[in-house]
Amino acid sequence: MKLLIANCRVVDPESGRDKPGEVLIGDGRILALDAEAKSATAARRVDGGGLVLAPGLIDLSARLREPGFEYKATLESEMDAAVAGGVTSLACPPDTDPPLDEPGLVDMLRRRAKALERARLYPVGALSVKLKGEALTEMAELAEAGCVAFSQANTPIRDLRVLWRAFQYAATFGFPVWMRAEDPWLARGGVAHDGAIATRLGLAGIPSSAETIALGALLQLVRETGAHLHLCRLSTLGAVGQMRAAKAEGLPVSCDVSAHHVHLSEMDIGYFDANCRLEPPLRSQRDREALSRGLAEGTIDCMCSDHTPVDADGKQLPFGEAEPGATGLELLLPLALKWGQERGLSLADTLKRVTSAPARVLGVASGRLEIGAPADLILFDPQEPIHLTADRLKSQGKNTPFLGHELIGRVRTTLVAGNIVYQV
Amino acid sequence: MRGNPQLNRNGELQHLLSLDGLPRDIVLQILDTAESFAGVTEREVKKVPLLRGKSVFNLFFEPSTRTRTTFEIAAKRLSADVINLNVGASSQTKGESLLDTVANLSAMQADLFVVRHASSGAPFLIARHVRPHEHVVNAGDGRHAHPTQGLLDLYTIRHYKKGFSGLTVAIVGDVLHSRVARSLIHGLGTLGVPEIRVIGPQTLLPPGVESLGVRAFSDMRAGLARADVIVMLRLQNERMGGALLPSAQEFNKYYGLTPEKLVLAKADAIVMHPGPMNRGVEIDSSVADGPHSVILPQVTFGIAVRMAVLSIIAGN
Repeated sequence: MKLLIANCRVVDPESGRDKPGEVLIGDGRILALDAEAKSATAARRVDGGGLVLAPGLIDLSARLREPGFEYKATLESEMDAAVAGGVTSLACPPDTDPPLDEPGLVDMLRRRAKALERARLYPVGALSVKLKGEALTEMAELAEAGCVAFSQANTPIRDLRVLWRAFQYAATFGFPVWMRAEDPWLARGGVAHDGAIATRLGLAGIPSSAETIALGALLQLVRETGAHLHLCRLSTLGAVGQMRAAKAEGLPVSCDVSAHHVHLSEMDIGYFDANCRLEPPLRSQRDREALSRGLAEGTIDCMCSDHTPVDADGKQLPFGEAEPGATGLELLLPLALKWGQERGLSLADTLKRVTSAPARVLGVASGRLEIGAPADLILFDPQEPIHLTADRLKSQGKNTPFLGHELIGRVRTTLVAGNIVYQV
Repeated sequence: MRGNPQLNRNGELQHLLSLDGLPRDIVLQILDTAESFAGVTEREVKKVPLLRGKSVFNLFFEPSTRTRTTFEIAAKRLSADVINLNVGASSQTKGESLLDTVANLSAMQADLFVVRHASSGAPFLIARHVRPHEHVVNAGDGRHAHPTQGLLDLYTIRHYKKGFSGLTVAIVGDVLHSRVARSLIHGLGTLGVPEIRVIGPQTLLPPGVESLGVRAFSDMRAGLARADVIVMLRLQNERMGGALLPSAQEFNKYYGLTPEKLVLAKADAIVMHPGPMNRGVEIDSSVADGPHSVILPQVTFGIAVRMAVLSIIAGN
């Protein structure tokens, strides 16, 4: 059965297209656009109501908390949150319990996600067994089970020799390695950016050099091994500069930033708001501005939600004891739109950072409106205001610094492989 | 999360959590009230009925002798019922959460919680969750604040220096880990002290400490020059022999207050210390017991200052 979505503002971030039009889908794929789509026969027609039709969002980091942390969130609740936020594909980091270091586990997770028939799930496998940073995982087996990349999530590999070998092994098979740059010794014990706010509030600091020094080491290992490296969650001005240079040098690298770090700084901690306890920490206004600009100029490839649902018990604690992380799947589109507005970017250019750019990192065909691409689409109103409250969120995690904020951009319909998986 | 969580809707003191952002008139009100209580503490019958029928819970998640005792004396002199809870030894070790502990005590009809906790910000968390008629007084949280210590330091300075204008105050030692230093710096700034200095090696000064409105010195001799007030901070033993400091001996030589360094300050300078002291480390005995030292009067003033805080808060 073919479906014609008519009367909408069709935006393709990849080509920059932004004009009224129609999209014809069938067999889970995009079949035709505009005049060609309209002339199709035997298609069911739906009225887009003048809303924006764009590729569904691709989120490079969303914790679904399964297996192991079902009291914080379940696959079902977070997949609901994903499609409600217009996220049609997501990569989940391996820091579950047990970690994603065995093919059987990855296979089970993928089957369960598939059975829910919501967003597409791309598991990121553990780079080392139990994320301990000692022994390599069976990367090739894990890749066969569906892992798209290998990562340590927020757990460091202390032993650089192990890291070097892991890069060599991953490079052998051409598997991408996704790493956060943070020196564990410099970051040890820290809970906030080592700056004015930590000084004022008496919080143990994590210096910016924890990121820049670790990033220097990672980039050197890329030069040595040729491994494809994706840097996760940049947080400092210095790291943006290092990435700019690394790309100019032609290294096979890409990077992302979390939506929180584009919009918030250490100042937002206010009087110890535990929802602003994040990994990496929120840094200074200068860092925030550098991240926002780096994302606009393309040094930073994409914006992700770094979705981390934490239950109330994990946050109702003194700042330093609170569990890090913020819920984000349902905030990714509004926060991307807010960023694009602030930087004066077109809608297509804005959406690129959450659609076609992360698609390229993942190596998938979605994230663009091309004939033959998967029909993972969203219809949304880019102007519709959202007053963010905890009960609005489908995610089990209500932990966000944006509670009570006025945001814009509400998803009305989400399609994955041509099927409507969310509609209001 | 916005707004000053210490003040009620009328701008009065609801909780005392930090001297950071505490309005000048409230700081002065506390100091003036403390002065009126100073007489009480010297009387034969050292009691006033201001807190009669009120329950003060001393909730110490971290060990303390001096602060807990002076709060207890202050509350008793105001005729309150005082309940001392050494929580570190009971509920927390059984896994009860901080807020559950507070909720249970709240069910026992507490009026005031005096809280000490090893984590910065813990009293803010408690203050957000207590009932509207309950008050929280921060008796020291992590590295963040120790507002009653800051106030008693301000009281001591005003007592000996008759005011704050034109003063140079030097705070020496482990500023990085010191809640006492942070509270005093904010209080001194609020009261208009023109020159606040912090002195210590880079390992013990927090990054961007100048943003608190102070001048940083790594040379103690330069930092002490012409100072009116010297505040020595306690250096905890566990800071020694690691990556922060090589040894007590070297610290004493470069940052300890010795008679030879004291002469660089003004002739009528006063020397303060929040206690407990490490004699021979941050301060030499001859200075601690010498004519410039006001360390023991600080302890005495601490009772009047805590009486003032408790009575003002309970009255709001």
